[in-house]
Amino acid sequence: MRPFDYQRPDDRDAAHAAARDGATFIAGGTNLVDLMKLEIMAPDRLVDVSRLGLDGIGDADGGLRIGATVTNSDLAADPRVRRTYPVLSRALLAGASGQLRNKATTAGNFLQRTRCPYFYDTDAACNKRAPGTGCAALGGEMRNHAILGGSQHCVALHPSDMAVAMRALDAEVEVEAADGTSRALALDDLYRLPGDTPHIETSLAPGDLITSVRLPVPLGERQVYRKVRDRASYAFALVSVAAVVRMEGGRIAEAALAFGGLGTRPWRDAEVDALLAGEAPGEALFDKAGEVLLRDAEPPEGTEFKLPLARRVLKAVLTEATR
Amino acid sequence: MAVTITVNGQDHTLDLDPRVTLLDALRDHLHLTGSKKGCDHGQCGACTVLLNGRRVNSCLCLAVMHDGDEVTTIEGLAEGGPSPLQEAFVAHDGMQCGYCTPGQICSATAMLDEVAAGWPSHVSASLDCPVELTHDELAERMSGNLCRCSCYPGINAAITEVARRGKTEATE
Amino acid sequence: MTIEMKIDGPETVNRTDDMAQGVLGRDSARPDGLAKATGRATYAAEAHPEGMLHGVLRRAPGIGAVRCPNLEAVRAMPGVRAVLRDARMVRNAAQGMADEAPVQGVDEAAYVGQPIALVVAETFEQARHAAQRLEVAIERTDLPIDPDAVEPEVPEAKQSSQGDLDAAMRNAALTIDADYTTSSMNSAAMEPHAAVAEWDGTTLTLRGALQMLRFNRNELADSVGLSAEHVRILAPYVGGGFGSKLGISADCVAAALAAMELGQPVRVVQHRRNVFEVNTRRSETRQRIRLAADADGRLIGLGHEALVSNLPEETFAEPVVQASHFAYPGAARTLGIRIARIHRPAAGSVRAPGEAVGVTASEVAMDELAYAAGVDPVELRLRNIPEEDPERGVPFSSHRLKAALLDGAERFGWSGRPMAPRQRREGEWWIGTGMAAAFRVNMVVEAQARIRLHGAGAVVETDMTDIGTGSYAIFQQVAAELLGLPLAQTEVRLGDTALPPGSGSGGSVGAASTGTAVWLAAMELRRQIAARLGCDEAELTLKDGTATAGNTRQDLADILSGAELTGTGHVKPGDAAEKVRQATYGAHFAEVAVNDVTGEVRMRRMQGTFSAGRILNRRTARSQCHGGMIWGIGMALTETMTHDRRDGHVVNRDLAEYHVPVNADVPPLDVHLLEERDPWAGPMQAKGIGELGICGAAGAILNAIHHACGARLRDFPATPDRVLAALE
Repeated sequence: MRPFDYQRPDDRDAAHAAARDGATFIAGGTNLVDLMKLEIMAPDRLVDVSRLGLDGIGDADGGLRIGATVTNSDLAADPRVRRTYPVLSRALLAGASGQLRNKATTAGNFLQRTRCPYFYDTDAACNKRAPGTGCAALGGEMRNHAILGGSQHCVALHPSDMAVAMRALDAEVEVEAADGTSRALALDDLYRLPGDTPHIETSLAPGDLITSVRLPVPLGERQVYRKVRDRASYAFALVSVAAVVRMEGGRIAEAALAFGGLGTRPWRDAEVDALLAGEAPGEALFDKAGEVLLRDAEPPEGTEFKLPLARRVLKAVLTEATR
Repeated sequence: MAVTITVNGQDHTLDLDPRVTLLDALRDHLHLTGSKKGCDHGQCGACTVLLNGRRVNSCLCLAVMHDGDEVTTIEGLAEGGPSPLQEAFVAHDGMQCGYCTPGQICSATAMLDEVAAGWPSHVSASLDCPVELTHDELAERMSGNLCRCSCYPGINAAITEVARRGKTEATE
Repeated sequence: MTIEMKIDGPETVNRTDDMAQGVLGRDSARPDGLAKATGRATYAAEAHPEGMLHGVLRRAPGIGAVRCPNLEAVRAMPGVRAVLRDARMVRNAAQGMADEAPVQGVDEAAYVGQPIALVVAETFEQARHAAQRLEVAIERTDLPIDPDAVEPEVPEAKQSSQGDLDAAMRNAALTIDADYTTSSMNSAAMEPHAAVAEWDGTTLTLRGALQMLRFNRNELADSVGLSAEHVRILAPYVGGGFGSKLGISADCVAAALAAMELGQPVRVVQHRRNVFEVNTRRSETRQRIRLAADADGRLIGLGHEALVSNLPEETFAEPVVQASHFAYPGAARTLGIRIARIHRPAAGSVRAPGEAVGVTASEVAMDELAYAAGVDPVELRLRNIPEEDPERGVPFSSHRLKAALLDGAERFGWSGRPMAPRQRREGEWWIGTGMAAAFRVNMVVEAQARIRLHGAGAVVETDMTDIGTGSYAIFQQVAAELLGLPLAQTEVRLGDTALPPGSGSGGSVGAASTGTAVWLAAMELRRQIAARLGCDEAELTLKDGTATAGNTRQDLADILSGAELTGTGHVKPGDAAEKVRQATYGAHFAEVAVNDVTGEVRMRRMQGTFSAGRILNRRTARSQCHGGMIWGIGMALTETMTHDRRDGHVVNRDLAEYHVPVNADVPPLDVHLLEERDPWAGPMQAKGIGELGICGAAGAILNAIHHACGARLRDFPATPDRVLAALE
């Protein structure tokens, strides 16, 4: 770990001031400290935002506003989340461990880095960790890598469970820029595809501080989160599916599906949602949804199993959500 | 950098490199070596302590971020005599090499509070029913603590006994 | 005074059962339990001698000649006291019982991850950062890393052949001929390897995470160039080993060298990522198994040939076929081990070397034979219990496989199991059951122990370790039983080379070997007490601190009248191993659920019945069996060390990506220990049980997967992708 300067401001203005010359915000630290120990991330300055009062959950326009530093466990256990956004509780509870969820925060979970073993190996080439050095994963041992959204420079997977549920729920992050102005970002706008700049993972600018996450009223009450992994608990997803569905007269009125374990970012495909809307549930439809989802899939060697796995899990989740 | 942390009820002011983790502060600066370093990356749970009453991986906490916080370690749980969980772990042989044991016990201590607070888990059939601490519930909730000797049967028996006893006491 | 004993023949007297205290064999608590549960037990890294410095190892990022271009700059970094690149640093941990230094040197990296420097600084944080800043340039050498891409060594001593297996295969009514593969695996003990070294100008004192101190002392002395009497190793508590701490490790040697150079205590703790590379792994295996049987499934021929790997100059070759020498009959037999010399990290002993992977594969093959014969898998094993060692023609010292199979089947509720796969479905889940036999060789090794008896009780002393196996508990019971003392008055001191050399922990030899030395030491004390009373030892009854001989009964304290008596026991292996075949046996039964959608496998329950001679402590023995069975779950379902195809480095070298089973992977387990006395196992008639539980366990699970969903997996572990491919 490189030496760094540490500051803990009491309010947001002070936080922005402290970060003026460049800084990395830290709250839970469960991923950042892990990465700093290996010098995968090596900030000169840490600005601790854990005591800015961003840890509340409140109503917002019929939906919910979740403070950036609400812990994963508090969010999963919140009665409103359990009642109205069960897919979010389920996704959170499927992730990490009890200890990690007690420390990890909402904003931090969105911004967690990939688990690609070559990203974690500071002796290996990695365009995400060290831009321009190449990608050691390609041609190496790949298994839990992305089959959607990758590029020749990077096929690293986004590892979050929570963010997958958030994508299905149309969450927006509220960002306060260094100059104090605020803006809301849909997750589609927050997360970038790797392209030829895999080290730039989000559209956040230096000094941008995520202050909260806004959840609209969910589009449906049928909510399912399903995660497939190598052991029964405490493992990252090989494939996960979040589904939010509204049924009307035996038909799917609206559906929002998001996927983990498949993409370089928490994956959502408007064409999959559109295909399902207005249709009567059935095996053929669900198979078609799988085909559409994976139409552009490019599984690197070792990840081919994700194609059938994604199709099967999607089908099972849709069956459950439309039953 | 000066930091004051209350450890097992006692205030300690330490002058620390900001890079020092809470785990290393406990082990190397306070010589409270009951909290163990198994992976140093939040992947094993051996370093679990209670931070303001909640279980966390102390290896992923920077000590400077916990100025003013309250920490309880395995040594603290034994103050005034071993806790019911500490005794039950011995009685049920919920340990072999003992290296993960402090983390298991700290984790279980807080886990029982989480159950009492009605927190659901990944295996809960419903998100809003009271939690019954079945084998599956217990196993899922304790899965953040690896035990390579693989004493999970003894660990679970110990926790189950204490949970049952606690429940009986609560209803008496 | 010392009693020496060589185990040359059967023990017919069985003095152990004459004893009166009634503590041996009991389900009794570990005396070290509360110290562990309250955090008072201190492990290697937890000493804080005055002025201690911190060392961090730097790994080689490639294979080939090593240079550190910015070494001087790193030396000048804040707090840095030394950047050690000493030719005496070791390439990898020593093999078990090596008794001498392993391969040394830092100028050539033989595998990716080899430690090539130690950075020592005032604080851990400074040392870690400086080690990360140390640049390592490799002049790459193109050396083989794929075991299938080299011409393997075929050591003559590791090949055996009787009869004509090819002919047997041609003539047999039923044959199985299949390849099975197992992955590289890691011990992944919870305590990373760690050392604190102190040098006073004459003596090197090292607190280490080590299993076999009497060997480790010589290995360390040889590595750093001292004579063994100037080396003392302390390891009162060891956070698991499973083979990875058998030999002196890189952290120990580097810490010692740094302490000797700097004149200050130095601590070196392996980072978890080092643990996966620097110590010995379980070799991947490729096993061809051939079974030739008559129409009833009775074996007439058996072939078990394995390809394993290791680094050049390593003597160890995973003894995959160890149990196949005696497990099943068959006049035509071809067994052999071939070794691929490759440049993956070193391979060595990991819990039950040989049987863990070998019995797993052969028990899957036996299941395949059961299905080919249409014979129930338990019945097939019963039909294939040999009368005597099928190769050497010597008798078995004791053979309880049949009893274990029948007991396990009964407890598990095996009878009435439909033979055909895919018979039971619950929602998305296929449910199935499977079984396997367990075999593990048994050994006795040389060991010494001393007991000091005084008015207030006894103190057992040996350099033996307790790595979680229960040494503290068992030796306390042995001494208390023979000396007629309550457990609380019997103290056990372990893990210090200043004490008499025990066997060390490894190969399941500890409890029986060092335990026998404790037994002999106690017997010597019984003789001394008897002499004081003027009676024969055999006439003496010792119980609750009193001695009874004939009609007189006296307090032990009065007999000693302030004196301290010392007895030493010394056991050595003798001819017994040549006269009989000695092993431990068991049976595993498993019920699994296989998800038809995802290929995920979940354990539902598991039953193990084991027989290992006299059980010295039912509680710690049961925990050892649990551990073995859960290791079986890991081997069957989750554990695999992935090597990069280009340079062989361990890709998934942390506990997030190398999946040891978590609590939720483990179903309720039922363990039953059979009563057995093996007269060829010395005066206690006890054998080792620490490794038996893993042998075959994964086979039962793989067989249950087949029964559940019809997929016969021959490549382990059965991760969801592999099961799914079989289901598709």
